[in-house]
Amino acid sequence: MTCLPTPAPGAKKLGLVIDLDTCVGCQGCATSCKEWNASGHSAPLPDYKPYSAGAEGVWFNRVHSYEAGEGAEGRTVHFPRSCLHCETPACVTVCPTGASYKRAEDGIVLINHDTCIGCGLCAWACPYGAREMDEQQGVMKKCTLCVDRIYNETIPEAQRQPACVLACPTKARHFGDLGDPDSAVSRLVAERGGQPLMPELGYKPVNSYLPPRRRPDPAPVEDAPTQMDIRNPVLRWMDRVLSR
Amino acid sequence: MNPAPSIVFFTTASGAGYGLLFWLGLLRPVGLLPAVPAFALLCLAVALVLITAGLASSLLHLGNPQRAWRALSQWRSSWLSREGVAASITYVPALVFGWALWAGQPGLATLAGLLAAAGAAVTVWCTGMIYASLKPIPQWHHPLVAPGYVLLSAYSGMALLAAVSALGGVVGGPASFIVTLGIAGVILKLAYWNMIDGLRPVATAESATSLGFIGKVRPLDPPHTETNYLLREMGFRVARKHASALRKLALALAFGLPILLALLATQLGGGVALAALLLAALSALGGLLVERWLMFAEATHTVTLYYRGG
Amino acid sequence: MPEAPTPTRPLPPPDPRVDYSVPVGDTVKTTTCYMCACRCGIRVHLKDGRIRYIEGNPDHPVNRGVICGKGSAGIMTQYAPARLSSPLLRVGERGAGEFKEISWPEAMEIATGWLKHVRETDPKRLAFFTGRDQSQSLTGFWAAQFGTPNFAAHGGFCSVNMAAGGLYSIGGSFWEFGEPDWDRCKYVLMFGVAEDHDSNPIKLGLSRVKARGAKFVSVNPVRTGYSAIADEWVGIRPGTDGLFVLALVHELLRADKVDLDFLARYTNAAWLVVRNPGGADDGLFARDEAGAPLAWDRARGAVPAKDADLSPMMVGDYTLPDGRSARPVFHLLAERYLDPQYAPEAVAERCGVDAARIRRIAAEIAEVAFEQAITLDQPWTDIWGRTHAQTVGRPVAFHAMRGISAHSNGFHSCRALHLLQMLLGAVDTPGSWRYKSPFPRPIPPGPPPAGKGAKPNTPLAGNILSFPQGPDDLLVHDDGSPIRIDKAFSWDAPLALHGMMHTVIGNAGAGDPYPIDTLFMFMANMAWNSAMNPGEVIRILTDKREDGDYVIPHVIYSDAYYSETVPYADLILPDTTYLERWDCISVLDRPIGSAHGTGDAIRQPVITPDRDVRPFQEVLIELGARLGLPAFVKEDGSPRFKDYPDYIVNHQRAPGIGPLAGFRGADGSKKGVGEPNPDQLQRYIENGCFWRDHLPPEQHWYKHANQAYLDGSKAMGLIPNTNQIVLQLWSEPLQKFRLAAEGHGERQPPEHLRERVRTYCDPLPIWYPPLEQQGADLGRFDLSAVTQRPMAMYHSWGSMNAWLRQIHGANKLYMARERAGAMGLAQDDWVWVESRNGRLKCQVSLMEGVNPDTVWTWNAIGKRAGAWGLSEDSPEALRGFLLNHVISEWLPAQEGFRSANADPVTGQAAWYDLRVRVTRAEGPGVTEPHFSTLHDRPGAPARPDVLSYSVKARA
Ligand SMILES: Nc1nc2c(c(=O)[nH]1)N[C@H]1C(S)=C(S)[C@@H](COP(=O)(O)OP(=O)(O)OC[C@H]3O[C@@H](n4cnc5c(=O)[nH]c(N)nc54)[C@H](O)[C@@H]3O)O[C@H]1N2
Ligand SMILES: Nc1nc2c(c(=O)[nH]1)N[C@H]1C(S)=C(S)[C@@H](COP(=O)(O)OP(=O)(O)OC[C@H]3O[C@@H](n4cnc5c(=O)[nH]c(N)nc54)[C@H](O)[C@@H]3O)O[C@H]1N2
Ligand code: SF4
Ligand code: SF4
Ligand code: SF4
Ligand code: SF4
Ligand code: SF4
Ligand SMILES: [Mo]
Repeated sequence: MTCLPTPAPGAKKLGLVIDLDTCVGCQGCATSCKEWNASGHSAPLPDYKPYSAGAEGVWFNRVHSYEAGEGAEGRTVHFPRSCLHCETPACVTVCPTGASYKRAEDGIVLINHDTCIGCGLCAWACPYGAREMDEQQGVMKKCTLCVDRIYNETIPEAQRQPACVLACPTKARHFGDLGDPDSAVSRLVAERGGQPLMPELGYKPVNSYLPPRRRPDPAPVEDAPTQMDIRNPVLRWMDRVLSR
Repeated sequence: MNPAPSIVFFTTASGAGYGLLFWLGLLRPVGLLPAVPAFALLCLAVALVLITAGLASSLLHLGNPQRAWRALSQWRSSWLSREGVAASITYVPALVFGWALWAGQPGLATLAGLLAAAGAAVTVWCTGMIYASLKPIPQWHHPLVAPGYVLLSAYSGMALLAAVSALGGVVGGPASFIVTLGIAGVILKLAYWNMIDGLRPVATAESATSLGFIGKVRPLDPPHTETNYLLREMGFRVARKHASALRKLALALAFGLPILLALLATQLGGGVALAALLLAALSALGGLLVERWLMFAEATHTVTLYYRGG
Repeated sequence: MPEAPTPTRPLPPPDPRVDYSVPVGDTVKTTTCYMCACRCGIRVHLKDGRIRYIEGNPDHPVNRGVICGKGSAGIMTQYAPARLSSPLLRVGERGAGEFKEISWPEAMEIATGWLKHVRETDPKRLAFFTGRDQSQSLTGFWAAQFGTPNFAAHGGFCSVNMAAGGLYSIGGSFWEFGEPDWDRCKYVLMFGVAEDHDSNPIKLGLSRVKARGAKFVSVNPVRTGYSAIADEWVGIRPGTDGLFVLALVHELLRADKVDLDFLARYTNAAWLVVRNPGGADDGLFARDEAGAPLAWDRARGAVPAKDADLSPMMVGDYTLPDGRSARPVFHLLAERYLDPQYAPEAVAERCGVDAARIRRIAAEIAEVAFEQAITLDQPWTDIWGRTHAQTVGRPVAFHAMRGISAHSNGFHSCRALHLLQMLLGAVDTPGSWRYKSPFPRPIPPGPPPAGKGAKPNTPLAGNILSFPQGPDDLLVHDDGSPIRIDKAFSWDAPLALHGMMHTVIGNAGAGDPYPIDTLFMFMANMAWNSAMNPGEVIRILTDKREDGDYVIPHVIYSDAYYSETVPYADLILPDTTYLERWDCISVLDRPIGSAHGTGDAIRQPVITPDRDVRPFQEVLIELGARLGLPAFVKEDGSPRFKDYPDYIVNHQRAPGIGPLAGFRGADGSKKGVGEPNPDQLQRYIENGCFWRDHLPPEQHWYKHANQAYLDGSKAMGLIPNTNQIVLQLWSEPLQKFRLAAEGHGERQPPEHLRERVRTYCDPLPIWYPPLEQQGADLGRFDLSAVTQRPMAMYHSWGSMNAWLRQIHGANKLYMARERAGAMGLAQDDWVWVESRNGRLKCQVSLMEGVNPDTVWTWNAIGKRAGAWGLSEDSPEALRGFLLNHVISEWLPAQEGFRSANADPVTGQAAWYDLRVRVTRAEGPGVTEPHFSTLHDRPGAPARPDVLSYSVKARA
């Protein structure tokens, strides 16, 4: 199981597309994820010292903010980070127990909490920091791509989407099949030049980040024609005939 | 990376134990060691105690140690699983070896000893590969890491062997091995440190965020204002100043002092040699604890790029 | 980009390890979120009576299914240990936090006793001030029934500059009462907005703007949040937006890029202003005998400006039939703003924005407004009965909030923005800023504020917070001194429409204008983050008179959580959480209307309280009955309302008009006006806890002059008449105040305020440096200091939330990297931040995207040790800080008189006028000032070491 499945031709690659051009860093995806998963497939997501110094907890989605570049070219970018459901993720292959697995049919990377021994090796193997140790249960947890929502027959169809995607107030998050070049998400990636993170590591992330758009260079303005040459510039409106 | 004491102890202790087992199984048949079973049994006991203590300590590191047996299942892809399998399997020839010695079955003892030696070597190689296979940690994902584990295991095993042999009055052979392996260890560590100091980062804040096309990427706000598991696990940093002092300490304790003591032992022999070699072994083990600690402390993980930038 | 993401519906792969179809919960209920004041609709899933999941309600007009970081963390607010659990009576000294738990009957007895005495003797000695609530229609009504003029909510320190600037100019406002036409605008300019009350709609809107490729410009000294995704970021110097906007106006006028037709039809641009320097009528509109304003018709001379066939002269000097001289408003304004002092070159340095850039932005605006105008095939009929086959729009939209309003020049800056909108013809047109129903309202809406002649045991007639038209409407005594404790509606702040909560405690403490007996507060953390200076408020609340009694003898407070203010009250009336009560988001208050029609909403209890707490509204209604306030008792003196739901359904403010506008009438078929409907709340619940009116498309635009809209709006009781709402470039009420200052009329400002009123009550927008900075040593205090709302925290009350406090557990002072570098400061260094009023200690964080002369921090993250159920060594208390500690409620003393640090027209607290200097701090890394640790309350639960909240059945 820990070996990566050979994806069947045409198998799905479910994942997220995150638009860095519209994310305002509201943390909606982070807390809605926490809330869904607190009682979901990976329940619970413990918090340590919740009302004291050193409070921290298990989160599957964490929103950073960065500044890139300087001066007029610079930008502030809000950057949500969760599991990228990589195509060739070492977090799966290093797992000694088979608890960590990637599914052939849809590419979702999951953890079996009943067999995980909590060795932490998969967290070392994930370059993206997407794995979260539940130190209470002694098992690793992570983004499930809301596997218990997206196929959940008890949820209305339109809402069978990850919690973070539905929550996002700027619609900066998109969910779909990145293995299908005609899917809405694949088209979005193609149109907007979606980027993988740290491609040099060779994990082939499925999730894609849409780069902040380059601002069009503002057109230079010729000095506007002015009506101010006459002695009292206000009186130039004298002959304007207006009616209701 | 956070030098978790249990892991630092595990790799040092088991490493030395496997090294000892390796040399015992290998050198005994060729007659380089005292032939009395008591000697081999003593060595074997020391080796197994160290190995077992190390493995036990590594289990402590697990969130669910009671499920540890599951770790034997994924040997096809996981070096950790392979290590577990190799370690478990190695117990079989090692115990047979002990039984054969005790029961006075020299042929079987030789065969089992050789197999145990092979098992030890494979186990240590697997341990090394656990680290060497981790791409997000460039200081580990490095060609010298797995050989280094093997070499240092052999070296520390030899230091133990020398100390035990000295009990039986055998000094010269093992001691000279200490010198040779020690010099090899120094060369390897110096080469390794030199290489990781000049290492090109495996990734950058720019590639980690895909924002490099805009310019230099600097963190503005972290997702959470306090720390978290990943940062504690991977965000550990040791100041350059401390690291270089610790490197010197590691070299001196792990190799310098033992080599000197080994040379001294070959010159002086007798009780002094025994004392010197015992001290050499302790020094080597202590030095390797420091070395192993540094191995973690100096390793950086790409996840920190998200928190600290490049 | 896909409009609504297409749901992927693959078959679930066989995987025995995954339980795919676990029902979310066993019950789901809709209600309205109150993790902030945005009023999003939510669906709360419950399992075994505990919250499983809170999601956005996809059918809700406000949030359309999305939900923010706070809303999704509601679960942790519901179960926070900081929740109060029973009424408390102070037993130790104020501030010591020594309380005993008492029963509700005891609490009601005590409150009634104190209040009854005040009402029987001198009702104005009750100051009733409420904070973040959305029930001001009830609380204000209660105060009027009690008979005290001393009521307000938090608007005075929040954004009354926006409200007043808008309501006196265009009959609507930014804030949450208007919205850009997100689906059509081609250019959006946003001024000083970090989050706003309309936070999810703004986020939804910005994403649509970006998806369409329209240009989004953010004017803000800081580049985070919304500004981070702007196509252009203008890192302006704080307090200079008015000047920047007037430079845009200058450019547009200079290039003749103004919509004269719009101005002539829909604004008072053509109205004639009397020119009689020194006279009592100077600057007032020329009117006919009936009082109708006059304009100059090209052919007919002076005619009523509303004349359907008017062909107005927009410039020129005219002699009125009575011989007086007059000029059209447009002439006056063009003259003023064409002056070189408003030229881009003249303002560039001060604003920190290049002249060329100002000129370019002006040109871009003009280009979009006039070359890219939108024409919709949507007929509509104007106030003159003419049907327009199409609707023309100027697709330039504006939005602004506290970056403009939290300055002492904010009223005029806001008016300047509205002036710009009017010049462009970009008010309620396709693609421009639009009114949200029930706006527009008449300008000003009227009637004047109630509060004169308060008498024992007598209700005040009318609304306490309302709209003065001129000096006669002010709440002042004959000598010009204020009637209200906060000096709202006095010469200190004539248009203080929302009261001045920030001055109440200071004034009461100083007995200026008079001492009070009881301070009654609801949902306002006045001893901490809503105080301009918390140390000062704490001092006054604990200050004693010579006889040993407190200067403010009684403090009653309703909070739901253990905030910093709780220990400073004598009697605590613990409220429920937002998930445990009924609430009413009323058209009489802050409804959920949109440009497509008005709307309102309710909260219903979805969880049963597990503590001895009661909804505050219910307590207030009961207090009203116990005190015998006429509207709260029947003829026989028994309580008129059983509970709050009963009040919501059956209270009528005017015949047929009640708290909720939807499903009125016996059968629920009426909207706006109609008899109470006993099933009203049930109808709301069935509808997702909201109601919205859908305007027919011909009523969507030009609402200020759209006959069908005005008729419909009147029929629903939203406006008093169907007259055109003429947008006011020139503000006559302001001129009336100015004339009084110039010595005209019976009511004139006291001498020490005369010049101030004359200067700041200018009928056209002006710009002046923020008051605090006028006399200040700007060389010494070389940096502006402002705060921003963090998106994942609502003021102080998120810190008790186990999830949100992980996101913002402490805050730093952000400053420009270069500037810090020059001072030798590095990331995370500790610094002193010093103002004229004190100093505080905090850590710095360096960044690129900030105006180099500005420092900023997140608002309200710093906490007092011991509050909010947190351990005393929490980062909120050790590293978090409030900028408020160096702000002052007062301007530097001016010849013996103490003036609020506020806008001189509206009384809006000037939080963002602050100037500071930053120097390196040595010593331990703990923030200062560091107040003593508060004792936790009796009955506070122990803090768990680990919280593993889940309603999932454990295997
Ligand atoms: N430096 C600086 N200071 C500022 C501002 C700024 O920008 N910078 N902004 C100012 C502005 S605009 C505002 S509006 C104020 C806001 O300041 P406050 O009005 O003080 O807002 P909160 O901190 O949210 O405090 C509201 C209180 O309501 C309580 N509360 C929460 N929910 C409930 C409930 O359901 N029932 C009851 N009874 N109580 C409840 C909370 O526990 C808290 O004590 O801050 C002002 N202060
Ligand atoms: N998440 C969250 N949402 C909230 C609140 C909250 O506490 N948290 N509070 C609610 C309340 S009570 C209010 S009043 C609203 C306020 O909503 P906002 O007006 O969005 O609130 P502020 O955070 O005060 O934002 C002011 C913005 O103006 C900028 N600014 C400061 N000075 C100037 C200036 O001189 N010119 C310009 N152009 N910009 C300037 C600041 O950098 C900041 O970005 O938010 C409401 N919504
Ligand atoms: S992001 Fe990390 S945890 Fe997720 S699949 Fe990739 S390597 Fe594994
Ligand atoms: S922590 Fe669990 S999932 Fe991760 S590698 Fe270890 S056993 Fe596998
Ligand atoms: S897909 Fe689900 S689990 Fe993953 S980040 Fe989004 S909400 Fe969290
Ligand atoms: S919810 Fe959307 S806008 Fe908010 S942080 Fe997440 S991705 Fe960004
Ligand atoms: S913006 Fe967020 S916190 Fe505010 S009402 Fe909406 S969902 Fe609730
Ligand atoms: Mo506010």
